[in-house]
Amino acid sequence: MPSDGAGDPVGQATQATQATKVDPADPVNSVGQVNHVLEFPGGYTRSVGPVIGRFLTELRDARLVGVRTAGGRVLVPPTEYDPADGAPVTGEYVEVGPAGTVETWSWVPRPRPGHPLTRPFAWALIRLDGADTALLHAVDLGEIDPGCAPPPTLTTGLRVRPKWRAERIGGIGDIECFRPDVTMITDPGRAEYRLRPGRALGRFLDGIAEGRFLGHRCHVCGKVYVPMKGMCPADGVPTTEEVEVADTGTITTYAVNNIPDPRAPEVPFVSAYILLDGADIAMVALVAGIPADQVRMGMRVKAVWRPREEWGPTMQNIRWFAPTGEPDVPFDAIRDYL
Amino acid sequence: MGNPCAVIGVGQTRYRTKRLDVSIAGLVREAALRALEDAGLTFADIDAVVMGKAPDLFEGVMMPEAYLADALGARGKPVMRVHTAGSVGGSTGIVAAGLINGGVHDRVLVVAWEKQSESNATWALTTHPPYNASLVVGAGGYFAPHIRAYIRRSGAPDHIGTLVAVKDRRNALKNPYAHLRIPGISREMVEATPMLWEPIRYLETCPSSDGACAMVLASESAARRAPRPPAWVHGAAMRSEPIFFAGRDTVNPRAGRDCAADLYRQAGITEPRDQLDCAEVYVPFSWYEPMWLENLGFCGEGAGWKLTEAGATALAGDIPWNPSGGVLSSNPIGASGLIRFAEAALQVRGLAGEHQIDGARLALGHAYGGGAQFFAMWIVGSAKP
Ligand SMILES: [Zn+2]
Repeated sequence: MPSDGAGDPVGQATQATQATKVDPADPVNSVGQVNHVLEFPGGYTRSVGPVIGRFLTELRDARLVGVRTAGGRVLVPPTEYDPADGAPVTGEYVEVGPAGTVETWSWVPRPRPGHPLTRPFAWALIRLDGADTALLHAVDLGEIDPGCAPPPTLTTGLRVRPKWRAERIGGIGDIECFRPDVTMITDPGRAEYRLRPGRALGRFLDGIAEGRFLGHRCHVCGKVYVPMKGMCPADGVPTTEEVEVADTGTITTYAVNNIPDPRAPEVPFVSAYILLDGADIAMVALVAGIPADQVRMGMRVKAVWRPREEWGPTMQNIRWFAPTGEPDVPFDAIRDYL
Repeated sequence: MGNPCAVIGVGQTRYRTKRLDVSIAGLVREAALRALEDAGLTFADIDAVVMGKAPDLFEGVMMPEAYLADALGARGKPVMRVHTAGSVGGSTGIVAAGLINGGVHDRVLVVAWEKQSESNATWALTTHPPYNASLVVGAGGYFAPHIRAYIRRSGAPDHIGTLVAVKDRRNALKNPYAHLRIPGISREMVEATPMLWEPIRYLETCPSSDGACAMVLASESAARRAPRPPAWVHGAAMRSEPIFFAGRDTVNPRAGRDCAADLYRQAGITEPRDQLDCAEVYVPFSWYEPMWLENLGFCGEGAGWKLTEAGATALAGDIPWNPSGGVLSSNPIGASGLIRFAEAALQVRGLAGEHQIDGARLALGHAYGGGAQFFAMWIVGSAKP
């Protein structure tokens, strides 16, 4: 396998040799060194002969061919002779690929200037379908940050296909690189809603903007809902009787969350059901100002409001609930609110 | 209940974190074709298709029943989609059974699925709508306080959740379709995993799975021609309740109790623990086993954990719960309820394989969803009711 510094077997401009030219990515220069560049003007010319010539001509037409040996094997890329025994090949050309299988690979985490790709890629020996030998080429695994490890999808056995250049000249660089089969697509999705709080919740938020918790009392069951919904979910009747409840309450039950959330001040954080004094249904809110492992069912808490000048019609006015220091409420007093 | 209805075919996919080898259509076809093969039928024999699926926001496929109709051989046939949150798999089976009970169709294909690897359920369940700042993160964040309330109310010792986590994963080792197969699973392994949403540990939660489940439901005349033994539906019920109302019992929801009462009345069950041979119950967090034991009347209130602790719900117990490994071992959300219904059917058909309960004649399939507010249940038996 080539190392990632082994030059450019794929690029289209490799006809020119680079003798003592120092790779600018390779920081070997030190005081006293001089770069001495020998570059053959225009590049060396090579006669490719009939077999390699056929291969390159087919490449220019975006086809891949190999040549059959007397023993029946298909060589890709082809040679004029069977490398196994030196016998001439048959002259029968066989179309192969375009798909192939990665037989082995070497990862290039930081491509050099002469490399065919600017982002991390793999050099791979790829056996094209129908061929008996492997072809060396680059495999592009997609957008990967420089220096990163190879993705787990890069494995021996990976199925790949050539990415052809639009303008082809009859060189191995007519294939820009090989790419894995398409196994997944990204399907963008976005929904945008215009939400209004509605009359009941709007009124509740107006109260919050003034630092007050408002609710409704149901005229059938007498229960106080905070926030109010404008109806009683148990009785199915509209509610209109407004009541104000305290910003103090009791934790009925809670979860200690160890899952990070951008809205949480820290991890772990406690989300608790808080039964505000005067309400008949608990609301879920953040509890802070106390280590998570000291939160208790029955603990008395009070809303911690942000500075008044920051208030608006939003629950964000309340930073969280914090313990008041009062004695806990006995379990029997909250068991019917669980 | 109307005309008799029987399960004559069951098909499941293998449940995995990522079924990257198949598209959504390929996934549902895998289950559907297996169910048809079990029933000795082809798509051409099917009169209607009923599909179940959790919220569209999960995979971002809107109206999947329309997109998947031709994949399920439903061209020119009635197709409908059911959606009742996590209980949807169960509700889907019941809607399909209703089409048989009512004499509308003779053979109905039921399919439910989820491809969680193409989605993020916690994201979809935590959409941060404006006007509230409740900070409930995912399903675990919602259920953890109610589990805490159960533990406090019942006085259950801390290790009960661990016992269920171990039991269901041991059962999963006998189920080739199960997603989580953890050889040597033990209490120590479960207890060593971190608390995600205390009191819920990592291994006390369900996995995220890709998978689909399908059943063929048949009328009596169609069931008589089926190649393998049918499972007869003895009762089916659904109930729901609002997620927030004053005085709601979130630990032992009334909708679940009412649903079970209706179901047992239809099936002639008065003592579920004695009369049922096994149950496949929706337990996505291990503590929900003792909670649902009580909600479903297998014992009195506060006693569920004692049944679990005594091993009553183990494979060798007197009332095995989740012989398949349950939701704790495989959770393609939209399909999870239908898998419970299908596994109950497999038990009474005698086709459950290595996790078969010997001689099972009557089995419960159960699903719940939303904030423990939607319930769907059925009882299937080896004998026609
Ligand atoms: Zn009321």
